[in-house]
Amino acid sequence: MKSRVRLMQGNEACVEGAIAAGMRFYAGYPITPSTEIAELSAEKLPLVGGRFMQMEDEIGGMAAIIGASLAGAKSMTATSGPGFSLKQENIGYATIAEVPCVIVNVQRGGPSTGMPTSPAQGEIMQARWGTHGDHPVIALTPSSVRETFDLTIKAFNMAEKYRTPVILLMDEVIGHMREKVQLPDPSELEIVERKRPDCSSEEYLPYKADYDLVPPMADFGTGYRYHVTGLVHDETGFPSNNAEVADKLIRRLSNKIEMHRDEIESWEEENTEDAEIIILSYGCVARASKSAMNILRSKGIKVGTFRPISIWPFPERRLRELSLRVKTIVVPEMNLGQLVLEVERICGCNTIIEKLNKVSCEIIYPEEIVRKIEEVL
Amino acid sequence: MPSELVENYFRTEKLPQIWCPGCGHGTITRSIVSAIDKSGLDKNKVCIVSGIGCSSRAPGYLDFNTLHTTHGRALAFATGIKMAKPDINVIVIMGDGDSTAIGGNHLIHACRRNIGITAIVYNNSIYGMTGGQYSPTTPKYDKGTTAPYGNIDKAFDICNLAASAGATYVGRATAYHANLLTSLVQNALNNDGFSLIEAISICPTYYGRKNKRGTAVNMMEWQKNNAVNISAAAKLSPEALEGKLLIGELKNSPEPEYTNEYQKIIDRLKKERQ
Amino acid sequence: MERYEIRLSGSGGQGLLLGGIILAEGAISDGKNSVQTQSYGPEARGGASKSEVIISSEEIDFPKVRNCDILLSLTQKAYEKYGSGLKEDGILIVDSSVSAIKSGNIKIYSVPILDTAIKELGKPMVTNIVALGVLVEITKVISNEALEKAVLDRVPKGTEDLNRKALTKGYELARNLI
Repeated sequence: MKSRVRLMQGNEACVEGAIAAGMRFYAGYPITPSTEIAELSAEKLPLVGGRFMQMEDEIGGMAAIIGASLAGAKSMTATSGPGFSLKQENIGYATIAEVPCVIVNVQRGGPSTGMPTSPAQGEIMQARWGTHGDHPVIALTPSSVRETFDLTIKAFNMAEKYRTPVILLMDEVIGHMREKVQLPDPSELEIVERKRPDCSSEEYLPYKADYDLVPPMADFGTGYRYHVTGLVHDETGFPSNNAEVADKLIRRLSNKIEMHRDEIESWEEENTEDAEIIILSYGCVARASKSAMNILRSKGIKVGTFRPISIWPFPERRLRELSLRVKTIVVPEMNLGQLVLEVERICGCNTIIEKLNKVSCEIIYPEEIVRKIEEVL
Repeated sequence: MPSELVENYFRTEKLPQIWCPGCGHGTITRSIVSAIDKSGLDKNKVCIVSGIGCSSRAPGYLDFNTLHTTHGRALAFATGIKMAKPDINVIVIMGDGDSTAIGGNHLIHACRRNIGITAIVYNNSIYGMTGGQYSPTTPKYDKGTTAPYGNIDKAFDICNLAASAGATYVGRATAYHANLLTSLVQNALNNDGFSLIEAISICPTYYGRKNKRGTAVNMMEWQKNNAVNISAAAKLSPEALEGKLLIGELKNSPEPEYTNEYQKIIDRLKKERQ
Repeated sequence: MERYEIRLSGSGGQGLLLGGIILAEGAISDGKNSVQTQSYGPEARGGASKSEVIISSEEIDFPKVRNCDILLSLTQKAYEKYGSGLKEDGILIVDSSVSAIKSGNIKIYSVPILDTAIKELGKPMVTNIVALGVLVEITKVISNEALEKAVLDRVPKGTEDLNRKALTKGYELARNLI
């Protein structure tokens, strides 16, 4: 067998992960710095009997993956800032109609066209609240090539399990960097399929949730002739103007993610046992934080790192615990302070929170974090 | 008692529908269902997709796999369904604003790809759901609530647009010419590639009232008196055709269908690796 | 800990992105860790572009080059844009057309890389391979075997001989200087 140790790009790892997770349809529109995801999907999908489509625009890409998913194909689209903005309306559609799909956003400098070939982390809040109305969201953020592979699979698994769109929030550094990876054997992977109805078509209520708040989903074309709409709907799937129905639906959509928080939340921490200072960061910046921690530890300063992997839902409980015993949490971000708002909400009363922000569309360097911590000591 | 057609293909418990008295949409929907019936399609293998607007409420009343999407995007959703399951007969119902304004880009590209979808545009020349604003098919100088002094935009000819963009079957009928509409939709369902049928509807509530076109009956009479079948039009002088509405089969030139072309790539790659 | 930070700079179209990938792949077949990143402008051809590689026997956390051990600059523009950041005792390899400023203990090697590719080999497309031959022969950041294997794994079929020749030329150019 060919060695699976190789140099791989982040965007490539995303496609490898998607295909391993069972992606059989991709629709998108070319945009830097995510284009390699489209190119590699175009190359690899027909080899596994899947289909790739370059749509006429970003909105069409998002719409097409929802359609394909309703017909039973695990589907993904990838984009960057401007395209992510354009896709928002249909992300909301996938949320209310409960259609599993994966949306990758390789973040670049914004707003607007911004800095297309440079990294940023400006869509933390857009990932959370980009589409209108109250809604839940799952957004995962990798900080290495191997993790991009793993999280793409996880994104598909969660989309299928909870019948919801899942956002993979990458950045230009992780998307474009190449590093040594060893991919797991496909037999070692856990792949989740959506829950399909086991009742007859006459008995099927497409939006009647089980105990886990997730309704079983029938593929179009398999004999369950049901209705799907972006309007508020009852358990039958048909629109309703009833206040009680609306309240029940919107609460269930949020609660189905909320009740599975323990399974969805993930993070990585290092040297937090004795840490007086924690650096909280994500994506490519987490790699700078790790270097900074090592530099500071070598100087005898007790620094640890906390890296949320699921940005949304945020690993809230664990951070609150940690915040009770550290002096300071430093939050370096390649934006003017987005995730720090969540950190302040969770533990602003327990500890001092320091921001380090950079919007020059360059990665934050370890030395910048070191300097910041030495300043606040 | 509902007719056999209604009994077999409508979700009768969802009736009556929300359309206004005199609206042409009900007649058009019945014509489509009649075409599906005559084509003998398996209901489980038919998917009806719509966007947003008055016309887009139609799928809710029909007993198939039905998908009511976002405004303008029906064809893009439908494209995904067709690509994932090419054996599904995908029918898309859109309004004039839905298909040619907000969804205009998806329309021309679905035509260009010749993907196996049958699109039916219910054209009532107005945005009805939002209360009577002018649309891309409102005739020049007609009125809408957002064109109180007369619309100065030039109207789209949807059939010409679709034919030029690459649709391989194009036809037009009116709510009055319901049988013609049925046979056009039947032919469209029979075409492997992309078909577009423009169904001229009437909106007595907004368009008719704003533009003093009388009752629904008057508007239907206009359709009866002013529509000329393309086969008859050839024998008429340009003067006689002035102000007339051409109906019938406007284009029928089959070409390879998109998902079949893609399947060829999959098959070729499979063969190369054997 | 053995760790090298390498920056390859030139103009878009000179194949330095691929050059960085080859170097990083060579490091992996030598049993090391490597990370390759790039920075580029809107131009597909021309402009100033850089490809960066970090090679280390340990885990590589921060992926970007900060203090270069080795800098290659094939154009004046790229040298001026990316020249700073070379360590005081770093190695600078420039094409003979580039005028570089001597400072600190920097070792400068001025090599006719472009001329060799264009005039001697008659193929500007092997500029990057000649450059890699020069760089590896001078610095030994990866083994010659690993370099040759990585080059042959990456170049288009049918161009293997040409690329082998380009590598050999690179080695020779370097040996003449050392």
